[in-house]
Amino acid sequence: MTTATTPPATTPVPLRLARGSLPRWAPWATLVAAAVVGAATMIRPGLHTAVAILLAIALHSLALGTWSRRVEGSRRAADRIVTTVVSSAFLLALVPLISVIVTVLQKGLLRFDAEFFTYSMRGIVGEGGGVYHAIVGTLIITGLAAAISIPVGLMSAVYLVEYGRGRLAKAVTFFVDVMTGIPSIVAGLFAYALFVLVFGPGVRMGFAGAIALSVLMVPVVVRATEEVLKIVPNELREASYALGVPKWRTVFKVVIPTAVAGIASGVTLAIARVIGETAPLLIVAGTTTSVILNPFEEGRMATLPVFAYYSYSVPGVPREPYLDRAWAAALTLILVVMALNLIGRVIAKLFAPKVR
Amino acid sequence: MSIPAFRSRTAAARAYQRPGDRIFAGAAQGAGIAILVVLAGVAAFLMYEAWPALTAKADQLPGGDGLVAYVLPLAFGTLLSAALALVIATPLAVCIALFISHYAPRRLAQGLGYIVDLLAAVPSIIFGLWGLSVLAPRVATFSLWLEEHLGFIPLFAGPASATGRTMLTISIVLAVMILPIITAVSREVFLQTPRLHEEASLALGATRWEMIRMAVLPFGKSGVISAAMLGLGRALGETMAVAIILSPSGGITFNLIGQGNPSTIAANIALQFPESTGLAVNALIASGLVLFVITLAVNVTARWVVARRAEFSGAN
Repeated sequence: MTTATTPPATTPVPLRLARGSLPRWAPWATLVAAAVVGAATMIRPGLHTAVAILLAIALHSLALGTWSRRVEGSRRAADRIVTTVVSSAFLLALVPLISVIVTVLQKGLLRFDAEFFTYSMRGIVGEGGGVYHAIVGTLIITGLAAAISIPVGLMSAVYLVEYGRGRLAKAVTFFVDVMTGIPSIVAGLFAYALFVLVFGPGVRMGFAGAIALSVLMVPVVVRATEEVLKIVPNELREASYALGVPKWRTVFKVVIPTAVAGIASGVTLAIARVIGETAPLLIVAGTTTSVILNPFEEGRMATLPVFAYYSYSVPGVPREPYLDRAWAAALTLILVVMALNLIGRVIAKLFAPKVR
Repeated sequence: MSIPAFRSRTAAARAYQRPGDRIFAGAAQGAGIAILVVLAGVAAFLMYEAWPALTAKADQLPGGDGLVAYVLPLAFGTLLSAALALVIATPLAVCIALFISHYAPRRLAQGLGYIVDLLAAVPSIIFGLWGLSVLAPRVATFSLWLEEHLGFIPLFAGPASATGRTMLTISIVLAVMILPIITAVSREVFLQTPRLHEEASLALGATRWEMIRMAVLPFGKSGVISAAMLGLGRALGETMAVAIILSPSGGITFNLIGQGNPSTIAANIALQFPESTGLAVNALIASGLVLFVITLAVNVTARWVVARRAEFSGAN
């Protein structure tokens, strides 16, 4: 704004509307320059990589800001600085994600072998052994939780979409939302408090773990299913009613089949959410070293997350084999969860009903 | 399908219902009611099991000074760590949401959203392992620097813990863990900004940042607040990461980098429960009840803000 105030007699007055603008390569140029300076500071020992990167980003916004301010004015400069800040915030969020994945891969691959998946920990001290028992436990408990949650969640969603009117429906919607926020450890305590009444203090049981997980899973299933049932076109329902099909058959034969991909995707994501849960299982299922196949029998039952937790936090002597097993279990878990997430999203994407 | 005869005038006057319909409607409604019953059951059973601890004499409880003295430092630690996590995560999440909704190329936006959502898919136990083995040593070095240069601020008074198993580390881990939910909700709200507002502001010559400041942020403010509260709810209840990383020693202190860290309710339950018997179990369940009430209050408030906003904004 200051350049146009006192034009020298020899030069023509610059047009106020056509302010200069930076060339398109300007941000990249300052970025590269800042990166070079940042890399140069790395040569001095004792400086963190993180500090160098932060320095480079700060330099970049400073250089670009001043340059833009001189050529384009302060408003454009502010815009450019915000763009830098916002983009680097996104890159910053990727740092923990990448770091987690790299760490788990690095440390987990040490014991990621056939023995790890085919042996239990029964009678194992030190090296060797595996997580067969924990995988079996996780599959049984999560499967039971899914068997409880899917019917309840599906029917509740049907109620909300097809029948829900009035205060009850409002209450259900509201409390389903609230239920998604229940801390997992509280769900574990609930299952414990429930089973103590029947089996007495100190109860540990696989089924109790499944109950705790389904408390966490039901709201997720309801939410996801409700969303997809809502987008089933009303014309389909009306066409079915017009043919004299009763409502319950319409729901079963028309509405749910139309939405089945979305439901499957929602259920997969819900399973992905609970399969990595540790806290409730730590409380009500505990851990053990051998394969337990009956979740209704009173006694401890190992699961993958709880196995990883105990191997890591209470390792035996020597520590290394225990820690390696913990990381390998973590790697297994993260692979399973990511695969489930991917499958869920792919199902949703591929088979989504056409919405107009 | 057999057609039953009409039974009464009222039934005939209303839409005619077949038995299958009635059973199905009943089952659906029953499932809905079951959810309410379970939620009430959570409160009731926790209350029932916590009761012995509420009525017990002070010296019978762990710690020996009564339930309030037992739960108070834990509640303090829970609130402090969650609040710090929120302070770290919210501005970052708003920036990320803006990046995805208004800065990134349209075609990439959804994929970038998935990447941030992937963070939410990582189980909390893995954040615990990662936090202890990767983050904590770095935070320990950083804490030394903080103590040296910013030690006059009570938060960084030190002496800095050498292991990094401190309040600061778990706040950072919690911030990473709640980042995806805050980002996802804020992103949805930002995308709902009326297109006309945005275009009008651009047409008046606003730069992108001015458009965001004047059209997007005012519209999305309440959404961001409720997103932050949902994140707060998550951070309050987070268990395993805290249980693994934090080395608790009780006591109430604002010193984030020292060795005397208050534990959190959830982490304390996870650490103590497997070895506890008798009244100690009841005391832990009582502390769980406190956590349940706190998170319930936070979540109800957040949902209430969302619901109120949905009514007057005309969104959806």
